[in-house]
Amino acid sequence: MKYRNDYSEGFRNGIPIALGYFFVSFTFGIMGSLSGLLWWETVLISMTNLTSAGQFAGVKIIAAGGSLPELAISQFIINLRYSLMGISLSQNTDENFGTGARAALGFGITDEIYAVAVNRKTPVSRSFFLGLMTLPYLGWSLGTLAGALFGDVMPSVISDAMGIAIYGMFIAILIPGMKGDRHIAMISALAVLISCVLTYVPALSGISVGFAVIICAVTASLIGAAFFPVSAPGDEEVAS
Amino acid sequence: MTKGFLAYLLTMALVTYLVRAVPFCLFRRKVTNRFFKSFLCYIPYTVLAAMTFPAVFYVTANPIPAIGGTVAALLLAYRGKGLVTVSLAACSVALAANLLLYYFGG
Repeated sequence: MKYRNDYSEGFRNGIPIALGYFFVSFTFGIMGSLSGLLWWETVLISMTNLTSAGQFAGVKIIAAGGSLPELAISQFIINLRYSLMGISLSQNTDENFGTGARAALGFGITDEIYAVAVNRKTPVSRSFFLGLMTLPYLGWSLGTLAGALFGDVMPSVISDAMGIAIYGMFIAILIPGMKGDRHIAMISALAVLISCVLTYVPALSGISVGFAVIICAVTASLIGAAFFPVSAPGDEEVAS
Repeated sequence: MTKGFLAYLLTMALVTYLVRAVPFCLFRRKVTNRFFKSFLCYIPYTVLAAMTFPAVFYVTANPIPAIGGTVAALLLAYRGKGLVTVSLAACSVALAANLLLYYFGG
């Protein structure tokens, strides 16, 4: 009974994520067809990767005829944050979330799914996580299909504007976090500052997008951990 | 089929999967180190912040639609609106600016 409740709770939590994913992957589908990929190729990429920034970068490399090592390194760097999220999520899973379940469901760790799961008040079960990733996976795949099929007939004045969709989603996650915690706000601002330095200082602007994100995020987070360590939620449980 | 597509697809999917699943499977113990715990708490925000700024201003061919869309997104996100609302608003403003530039711009 608990499993069923957990699944449906996760399923419901996935609705807003799925809507956002449909919309963003629609723009990914457009980009895929504009890059010369066949519609089913673009859809297969979404079905096997389930990641926004990595896929956008990947299609650019494929379209340019880049090498496999280049593709592999870019995916590793851009998606490295999922490693950190996986470790972080491990802190909030229940005792039944075993290795097999982790190997299967780890596929579903995305920025948004992670954000919902890690902020859940009770530890995350396999059922909850499976429920949570169900609709976003469908939304991501179907949105890509729609975008890839209709992308060809869409005027460029529209497809150009659609590119901002993914950043809108990032901002919608980032701002509430910054608003709720002064230290998160400061450290996020620091990450932006470093990002601007890497973008605008000519000697540094040759660093690839993937590496730049890692440098900014790791540097700012290390400074945050050193100067503004968070009070661990687990400590209160031990105390009470 | 696009040349070499299957090799591209397998490479992308495999690397992305391993990056996600391996640490999730291996790191099972609770992290007690406060420094590391704090680091993990900041990571999602710093990643999104660095990926968004300043890249978002260059997402459209002309920066004006992107700046307009970003301002709309920031305002609505600050007011606590959800993912879809914020993202749609950003697109709508960027599209409106694009259309204005297209019909009345230089």
